Amino acid sequence: MATITAPSPNGTAKPVAQLEDATVRFCGDSGDGMQLAGTQFTNTSALAGNDVATFPDFPAEIRAPRGTKAGVSGFQVHFSSNDIYTPGDTVDALVAMNPAALVTNLGDLREGGVLLINKDAFDKKGLEQAGYKTNPLEDGSLNKYKMHAVEMTKLNRLAVEGFGLSQKEADLCRNFFAMGLVFWLYDRSLEPTMRFIAQKFGKRPEVAQANTASLKAGYNYGETVEAMSTQYQVAPAKLPAGKYRNIMGNTALAYGLIAAARLSNKRLFLGAYPITPASDILHELSTHKNFDVLTFQAEDEIAAMTATVGAAFAGEMAVTASSGPGIALKAEAMGLAVMTELPMLVINVQRGGPSTGLPTKTEQADLTQAMFGRNGECPMPVLAARSPADCFYIVQEAWRIAVRYMTPVIVLTDGYLANGSEPWKIPSSAELPRLEIVHPVEPNGAEAFLPYARDERLARPWATPGTPQLMHRIGGLEKQDGTGNVSYDPLNHEHMVRTRAKKVALVADDIPLQTLDGPEQGDLVVVSWGGTYGACATAVHKVQRSGKNVSHCHLRHLNPLPRNLGQILKNFKRALVPELNLGQLRMILRSEYLVDAIGYNKVQGKPFSVAELVEKIETLLNK
Amino acid sequence: MSIDTTLPVLKPTDFASDQDVRWCPGCGDYSILAQMKKVLPTLGVPREKIVFISGIGCSSRFPYYMNTYGMHSIHGRAPAVASGLKCARPDLQVWVITGDGDGLSIGGNHLMHAIRRNLDINIVLFNNRIYGLTKGQYSPTSPLGQKTKSTPMGAIDNPLHPLSIAIGCEATFVARSIDTHINHLGEVLKRAAEHPGTSFIEVYQNCNVFNDGAWDYAKDRDTKADTTLELQHGKPLIFGKNREKGIRLNGMTPEVVELGKGITEDDLLFHDEKSPEPTLAYLLSRMRYEDGFPEPIGVFRCVDAPRYDQLANQQIEEATKKKGKGDLDALFNSGDTWVVD
Ligand code: SF4
Repeated sequence: MATITAPSPNGTAKPVAQLEDATVRFCGDSGDGMQLAGTQFTNTSALAGNDVATFPDFPAEIRAPRGTKAGVSGFQVHFSSNDIYTPGDTVDALVAMNPAALVTNLGDLREGGVLLINKDAFDKKGLEQAGYKTNPLEDGSLNKYKMHAVEMTKLNRLAVEGFGLSQKEADLCRNFFAMGLVFWLYDRSLEPTMRFIAQKFGKRPEVAQANTASLKAGYNYGETVEAMSTQYQVAPAKLPAGKYRNIMGNTALAYGLIAAARLSNKRLFLGAYPITPASDILHELSTHKNFDVLTFQAEDEIAAMTATVGAAFAGEMAVTASSGPGIALKAEAMGLAVMTELPMLVINVQRGGPSTGLPTKTEQADLTQAMFGRNGECPMPVLAARSPADCFYIVQEAWRIAVRYMTPVIVLTDGYLANGSEPWKIPSSAELPRLEIVHPVEPNGAEAFLPYARDERLARPWATPGTPQLMHRIGGLEKQDGTGNVSYDPLNHEHMVRTRAKKVALVADDIPLQTLDGPEQGDLVVVSWGGTYGACATAVHKVQRSGKNVSHCHLRHLNPLPRNLGQILKNFKRALVPELNLGQLRMILRSEYLVDAIGYNKVQGKPFSVAELVEKIETLLNK
Repeated sequence: MSIDTTLPVLKPTDFASDQDVRWCPGCGDYSILAQMKKVLPTLGVPREKIVFISGIGCSSRFPYYMNTYGMHSIHGRAPAVASGLKCARPDLQVWVITGDGDGLSIGGNHLMHAIRRNLDINIVLFNNRIYGLTKGQYSPTSPLGQKTKSTPMGAIDNPLHPLSIAIGCEATFVARSIDTHINHLGEVLKRAAEHPGTSFIEVYQNCNVFNDGAWDYAKDRDTKADTTLELQHGKPLIFGKNREKGIRLNGMTPEVVELGKGITEDDLLFHDEKSPEPTLAYLLSRMRYEDGFPEPIGVFRCVDAPRYDQLANQQIEEATKKKGKGDLDALFNSGDTWVVD
């Protein structure tokens, strides 16, 4: 909690409160630039040495009607002087640019929290659109917060006067005014954002100047106006020594792919079709062609997948990236990838389903799709990233498995990881694992090349077109083991089905044993996977600190599962499996290990809050 | 395609794989396979540089019978598989083998996009106007009214015409041939292989089991001179047993005219496969037997245009030239960074 110290280091006369951590949410109309405000505030906080975690939350419609609840866009930043893993359960400071944003977000603001409101948007129309009968700024309903109703529109227009902007353009600067105010509130430097403005609007100096003026005007407003009585500071976190940058999940994933390709001496081929929330992977990779990256925006998801199969046959590091509905379309071609036993990656940035579902909201309900969502016995290794920065590492691990076992591999992330960010301790490329890939150049059989001859891992040789003497034909029809010729032989089919299954099962020999956070046995183990890592880890730590016996087991490998997982589960009286679905991992654990795992499930398009997990864990421990 | 003179001279049999060919006896596919095996050795491309990609259907068994690289992929997707392959490896000669169902029905979208991208691939569509492998349902090229297993009262959907589709997508090489017209077919395949960019070839192929005789009018010794018209670049459109008939343009409408009686060759439409506008080629693709026209065979269109596979790889080169070969550490350290001691 806050301790007040004085005087302020920056020379203002106002008292400064020291905080361990704080959570700020910017919200407004989707045209209000709240994502930008949040991103800038995040980067500045990260540069100031805080640990940060973010949660952008935006509507699926690009431009929902202005001022409506459907059009509200938000960006939450949690920054701390400690290690943090989540964007925060409750909000300490809420910026609301209009009544719709206020009414949809106020519930998350803690009592006594700071409320910064654009007073100018609270006119009759705005209030009506938000469904307010009376003006909350006047009816006393906001009394339990530190409310500052600021005439942002008016003050901003004044600030940018003289730069020759139209009124519409002037109003577009308003988010910088709001940012300036928040920057003052948390004693943040304006420098990084000013650099950003100069870079982004370099071609239009008048816009750059206006944005800078707005930013400063907001900051000065906080400094001067008496009503803004307290400033807050969050000291730098004690992160391990090293060089850091802030990174979003999709960016980290794209970097991971580039690194994996380079470190295995491959060109990178991405076959993709635009889909939320995976498109940023395509965007990012398409700007890095100088890393031998070829991005193919296909005509549809099926073409994206089959082109990926073609590129894998050609001998490239082939990848496709999509989200649930797209993965559904790719399913048949993923079967072809399994049948042809070619290495490639299939990335699913999960979103709310089924069908089109909630395109911009997060969920982890595609695990069973990844495991079983294809015709026939069609096993694929499945991995899941646990944090934005982990997306960088997980794809390298996935590529290693794909190549060593000659199999397509699925990587699951989700909308929350994709758009969320965290500080990333920048690795040196020299310390990343290298992967040696050998393509055969000579026949492996006495008479001819055997495309389905297998090594000790049951992997077949990756012979690529262009290699003399190794001409062979592959395809979706069942193959005779060894020769790869089409075979309808019943026993061969069973043999091949079992071989493909065994090959994927063998991957378990090649992945780390499962580790535990907490004691190795006891009353309760929390088993999680994917993007819920942060919330589960934080909740478990909290309960552990209160002296209770609970452990956390977070899975990155979902197929095959780590060899020792069954034993781990047996060492605990109970297993709790929190998931943002109706119990998909739980079903797998129950069938795999015959354990009576307990589910904690939420499907609201939102991540878990730490508080709800703590409550669930404590209820189970007290039983 | 440059010819590597150090290569051993290959024979058609060198292109035969060790697999038994399993088409029905008498199927038109045999003849196309034979012509392909005859043409490939003349191209000077080593076998290992050739890849056949197919979808699903009788024709799509083709890759198994060629001693080259190959993939028998999934229904309709061969053009997309080939696109990924060709982008990755522009040095390969890539053939797509498809049929009327595979290419125009389930795979219509991929066909359209492969063609408009003008990747340097060769697409051969075996048109037998029926679903053979699934045993006799009507296909998107079956004529109106055709009675099949799935249309006992006759087909009621208007058929697609492969070449009209290809030309609509502005294919840079469009041709038609006939399975039993072996010399002509060989010539067309050769020209397709030599064309840089997407080559699209429709082959009238007889399915003697489920749609026997669908192309008899165009194949029959007695009628073919009147029902087909062999296109030749720069030459007037003349046909008939005694080359006594021709095609004249009446405004934008072609009409059949008799030569003589005041009509000379100069009055006829002259074929120009190099015309940058696809309009005339399209017009030719609409000349149909049932409307009283001879159906053109040969090369409808052969023009140069940028190729996707080439451009995609050029962009990589350009980016590398401009920014230098990507440096992982520079990439990781880009943007705002800070140091924790
Ligand atoms: S069904 Fe028809 S197309 Fe298929 S192999 Fe037999 S004859 Fe040929």
